[in-house]
Amino acid sequence: MKKTLLALAAVVATTTAVAQTSDTLKKIKDTGSVTMGVRESSGALSYTLGNGKFVGYHVEICENVLADVQKQLGLAKLDIKYQPVTSQNRIPLVQNGTVDIECGSTTNNATRQKDVAFAVTTFVEEVRIAVKANSGITSIAQLNGKKVATTTGTTSVQTLRRNERATGVNFEEVFGKDHADSFLLLESGRADAFVMDGAILAGNIAKAKNPADFKIVGEVLSVEPIAIMMRKDDPAFKKAVDDSIKNMMKSGQIAKLWTKWFEQPIPPSNTTVGMPANENTRMAWANPNDKPMEDYAKK
Amino acid sequence: MSTWDWQVFCKDTIEGEISPRCFGEGGDITYLDWMISAWGWTLSVALLALVVALLVGSVMGILRTTPSRALVAIGNIWTELFRNIPLLVQVFLWYHVLPALIPPLKDFPSFLLVVFALGFFTSARIAEQVRAGIQSLPKGQRYAGLAMGLTLPQTYRYVLLPMAFRIVIPPLTSESMNIIKNSSVAFAVSIAELTMFAMQAQEETSRGIEVYLAVTALYFVSAFAINRIALFIEQRVRVPGMIGAH
Repeated sequence: MKKTLLALAAVVATTTAVAQTSDTLKKIKDTGSVTMGVRESSGALSYTLGNGKFVGYHVEICENVLADVQKQLGLAKLDIKYQPVTSQNRIPLVQNGTVDIECGSTTNNATRQKDVAFAVTTFVEEVRIAVKANSGITSIAQLNGKKVATTTGTTSVQTLRRNERATGVNFEEVFGKDHADSFLLLESGRADAFVMDGAILAGNIAKAKNPADFKIVGEVLSVEPIAIMMRKDDPAFKKAVDDSIKNMMKSGQIAKLWTKWFEQPIPPSNTTVGMPANENTRMAWANPNDKPMEDYAKK
Repeated sequence: MSTWDWQVFCKDTIEGEISPRCFGEGGDITYLDWMISAWGWTLSVALLALVVALLVGSVMGILRTTPSRALVAIGNIWTELFRNIPLLVQVFLWYHVLPALIPPLKDFPSFLLVVFALGFFTSARIAEQVRAGIQSLPKGQRYAGLAMGLTLPQTYRYVLLPMAFRIVIPPLTSESMNIIKNSSVAFAVSIAELTMFAMQAQEETSRGIEVYLAVTALYFVSAFAINRIALFIEQRVRVPGMIGAH
């Protein structure tokens, strides 16, 4: 009995060791399939239409990247598996090999760069405030004593905390368990403002019952580069992904994709998000880089 | 996985620098401070809900054993209503749906709404256990009490309940421990308790393993403490010979 336990332990140990290899290109070539991490409701970046179909700006960029990878590896067929992830599990799933490339709304920052690698930045997000149009709130200073909603497990929570400290504005934070829940808090009046990345605010407002009731206001609270995420210490895969994205940037395809998802009607309800690419994003397309958020804050 | 970083708890939550004594100084909050405050919220929600559950659950359980069909119906309806809906759904009902139907509830702090949701959910289970405890007593006990001239409430108070509650202390212990664990659903309605701390701290520090291990340990310690307290109570109130096993 003891011998079989020892043997079992040895087998488990070796198999877990094998799972640590980070050669994604080899894995894709050997298995003919790749797993793409996607989000269920991240604005127009990555969301679900139901029935296991996922679409969005980042999802389409990733599909183009994987088509290039397929050509590079000379595969006749590449099976893409879509794996929904959450803010909580996206990094562990990439680290342990379940997800090969995560195409959602992940901020590239120094802490995360210790665990995963990011492709060149495809979108520079600005954290803004969404309020009810008739509330008269136009800046964060007016939120003194009010209730501010944000989503658990996002970088906006920390941004709000820093802001409260720095500016001395005192507000009460309410947390939604996901973006849709936080928006519901604003809609139902339990919160006076919803602080989150502008793209997610715009996406949720576009899907609301009465989009005209809401406005995105106020100064930029934080500038965050959003990028596609993959395993660390895998230079071959990173190069393949980066090259593919840089080509899209050079050829202008990425600007066209932006217009398609953010300035034109999108499924399922054919509403328009109506958010042109901001200055930071255009600069990121013109000068492809994978700088973390801390480098943007220094400016 | 290969390196542990327990120092993460000493980090300041805004700047990220390590604080020497692990507790924040001069208004700074470290992750350890935050975790302890979250633990306090978990315990407050759980214990307050436990009080509500014990009071309401006992009353409902007793009602279900009275000779009056109306009272039995009240107890049954209460129990079935709160037993048949999942806890998380009940929490959302109290937080989103009821305030829309009963406007005064909108001003209630979400803490109170969660205490009601958790308390009433557990009270249905406690009502069931109290009812079972009372009905496990021989019928003769009730009739002997009435025959001696005690009124029905007096029979309950002096004859039936002392025995019934001693019988159901073990299931009530389980319910009390369950309430500590179930309090984790409060994160969904913005109570800053341990589960929300775990999710947020894991996101900010990227040290999920250390954070979740610490939170698990705190939940275990809380539930186990309740277990030991209940055992102490059980031994203190024990009357040799009153219930079969002792």
